[in-house]
Amino acid sequence: MASSETAPAARQRARGLAPFLRSQMRNIAPFLTLIFLSGFFALASPSFATLDNLGNILTQVSVTGVIAVGLTFVILCAEIDLSIASIANVTGIAVAYFTVQESYVNIPNIPLPGIAAILLAILLCAALGLVNALGLTVIGIPSFIMTLAMMQIAAGISALLVRGQIAYKVPDVITTLGSGSIGGIPWIVIVAAIMLLGGHLVLTYTRFGRYVYMVGGNREAAEYAGLNVKLILGAVMVISAVCSGIGGMLGVAHFGSAQQNEFDTYLLDSIAAVVVGGTSLFGGRGGIGNTIVGLFVLGVLNNGLDHVNIDSFLKILIRGLILLLALIINVYAQRLREKAAE
Amino acid sequence: MPEGRQPILELQGITKSFGGVEALRGVDFALSPGEIHGLVGENGAGKSTLMKIIAGVHTEFSGRFLIDGQETHFRSARDAHSAGIAMVHQELSVAPDLTVAENVFLGNQPTNRLGLVQWRRMAREAGEQLARFGIDVDPMSRLGDLPIGLQQLIEIARVLFSGARIVILDEPTSALSPPEVERLFATLRRLRAEGTAIVFISHFIEDILRVSDTVTVFRNGRKVAETASAATSKGALIEAMIGRGGEALEHSYSDDLMLPRPADSSVVLKVDQLSLARSLKDISFEARAGEVLGIYGFMGCGQQELSRILFGKLKPDAGTLAVEGKPKTFASTAAARRAGVALVPESRRAMLFHQEPVYKNISISILDRISALLLKPAQERDIAQRQVEQLQIRPPVVGLDLGMLSGGNQQKVALAKWLTYPPKLLVLCEPTRGMDVGAKNDVINIVRDLRAKGLAIIVLSTEPETVLSLADRILVLKRGALVREFSNEPVSKDRLLEAA
Repeated sequence: MASSETAPAARQRARGLAPFLRSQMRNIAPFLTLIFLSGFFALASPSFATLDNLGNILTQVSVTGVIAVGLTFVILCAEIDLSIASIANVTGIAVAYFTVQESYVNIPNIPLPGIAAILLAILLCAALGLVNALGLTVIGIPSFIMTLAMMQIAAGISALLVRGQIAYKVPDVITTLGSGSIGGIPWIVIVAAIMLLGGHLVLTYTRFGRYVYMVGGNREAAEYAGLNVKLILGAVMVISAVCSGIGGMLGVAHFGSAQQNEFDTYLLDSIAAVVVGGTSLFGGRGGIGNTIVGLFVLGVLNNGLDHVNIDSFLKILIRGLILLLALIINVYAQRLREKAAE
Repeated sequence: MPEGRQPILELQGITKSFGGVEALRGVDFALSPGEIHGLVGENGAGKSTLMKIIAGVHTEFSGRFLIDGQETHFRSARDAHSAGIAMVHQELSVAPDLTVAENVFLGNQPTNRLGLVQWRRMAREAGEQLARFGIDVDPMSRLGDLPIGLQQLIEIARVLFSGARIVILDEPTSALSPPEVERLFATLRRLRAEGTAIVFISHFIEDILRVSDTVTVFRNGRKVAETASAATSKGALIEAMIGRGGEALEHSYSDDLMLPRPADSSVVLKVDQLSLARSLKDISFEARAGEVLGIYGFMGCGQQELSRILFGKLKPDAGTLAVEGKPKTFASTAAARRAGVALVPESRRAMLFHQEPVYKNISISILDRISALLLKPAQERDIAQRQVEQLQIRPPVVGLDLGMLSGGNQQKVALAKWLTYPPKLLVLCEPTRGMDVGAKNDVINIVRDLRAKGLAIIVLSTEPETVLSLADRILVLKRGALVREFSNEPVSKDRLLEAA
């Protein structure tokens, strides 16, 4: 009896380091990428590896980070949300729409007390997320198409609210959180850190988090276990929209203005952050830890390219190539794991 | 076999093994033009393996393979196709998103000189072909919109009219209604008259006897009998299929087994007049506490659909379900679970999380009970550890990824998942399929323990042994209808096969 109990442990030890590393490829590869990129830019530019610049990088990735929290939930369920940037944009515009603007801003807006403006904005993004959720679960539209439509719908609402104008004022709380700082640390970094931590705790320590991984890992099995798969899928779509909305409000305060198409680059950045970090596009593997590494890879890349002397048009191509590399690793890591499981 | 004619196809001493297990052992087989040749045998007897060799699917084997007296070796299914051999596989292989006409002409659509598809001609010819077969559908409608039985007929029609000299039909009638079977038989007879050689595999022995000229019986990879259909009977064929003398290690269930008097315990599940499109017709039965109800039938008889309806994964077209007297309409699997129903489907891939540790696979069903919001991993592991020890799952390490376990142990994990719940009604599909004798016995003992605890259990299987080893009462499902109930009476494998 004793021998049969120790056998598996021995077998696991006997499997050795190489297979273990291979199974952890998904987590190791993004980390190595981050170290490599940081090392490269530190050597290439004296202004890169400074405390000031670290602060810059953190601030630059904060809005993406807030949006990426919700997107991590969605991708863990093997779904996608293409409406994140549009929802961020419309929520940022909405909170400005409900705030008193300077007299030269010519938008027929509805000024409300700050807290009401924030609540209405949150309600708006939650409602848009709910529409995504219903389209996906009740009607059965694939999330890729559903959120593509939502991307247009949210952009349309944005256009109607600002009518080509730019609004500048948002409630004071939002202004502080988006552009203020405490003890030298920008509030926006603190908010992003709290949201990422919160996302991590939910995914790791709550029942809902476990369900997210189970639904992503094997949706059919989750259904055969009697889980309410549709409810879980719906919930992640709403979470994603609300995170996007919060990111949008902070972003508007951070940029100092609310206007159309302000967040367009955030769609690709957020998806890139989640996927580059190693969360599987096939669901069930990864998490907020991966997203944080992905955010840093992206942040270091964007920031570092500004510190070295490169043709600014080449930068876009380089970003694209790095993203492609990360996707290849993502698919490859999935295949290695499947092989290990056989 | 008609004498004096040269066989179109001749196989001599065919042996084929899969990873050391011999699926065919020295089989001889011959086929003449204008002959319908029936094949019977239990699951795994070697019928399909032999046909796949003929159709060029399996290319590695030993023995001689002659076509028109010429020794031949196919390297692919394509080679077989160009030699005039066509096969309808057991699983539907159609393109549901293409039109009926495109499916009929799959791979050889009529084209004009520019290489463009001649749609009008294709639609007209497809319509004509199908009409000869008694199928009246719009050739331009999407195939996937048609009922499964019709799709199967269209697939068969495509193969029959492809101009092949040798046509192999594997289990073609399982999804067909009686009039459709008649139409199929009429077409087969016409093709026979035109000189086509046809191989017909079926579990439905009456069908084989009605349509074929010759019957060959397979058992354990050997050909055990070949007779003219007119000179044999259903009983004789069943006996040849199963074999007497108990050469197998396992209980062969060839002798009568006495089923107990039905329990008069409370009714856990009452099913009334359940119907589902072409799969199920007016199914009514009851499952009682402390009883194992076996449901036996051939592949495609509607078992799978029935099990899915009981667990809320499929919605029936008509009929009612009641759990402990309360009428239920399961809108989702979650609703079925809440009502106390649990299902272990036949595919382990579909019901387990292979990349997750064993304990998460077990605790998934009770998570909402042990944790309101936060997970309690220590408690999950404790509960899982207890199950692992009780069911003797090897290795007994709950932290190991499920994918590292053997198939039999994975099956036990699937049971363990529901034992912790525990449900009022447990539905098991093919609970011992593909298991070795030891694991099979373990599962049988687990099911008996559960019965003793007062669960109502339904075991659905296409293997008579599985049902006979577990059930207190047996229902036989045939083409979607319940045709026989065995209760408080002797039953054996012969009797089950006879009824199905």
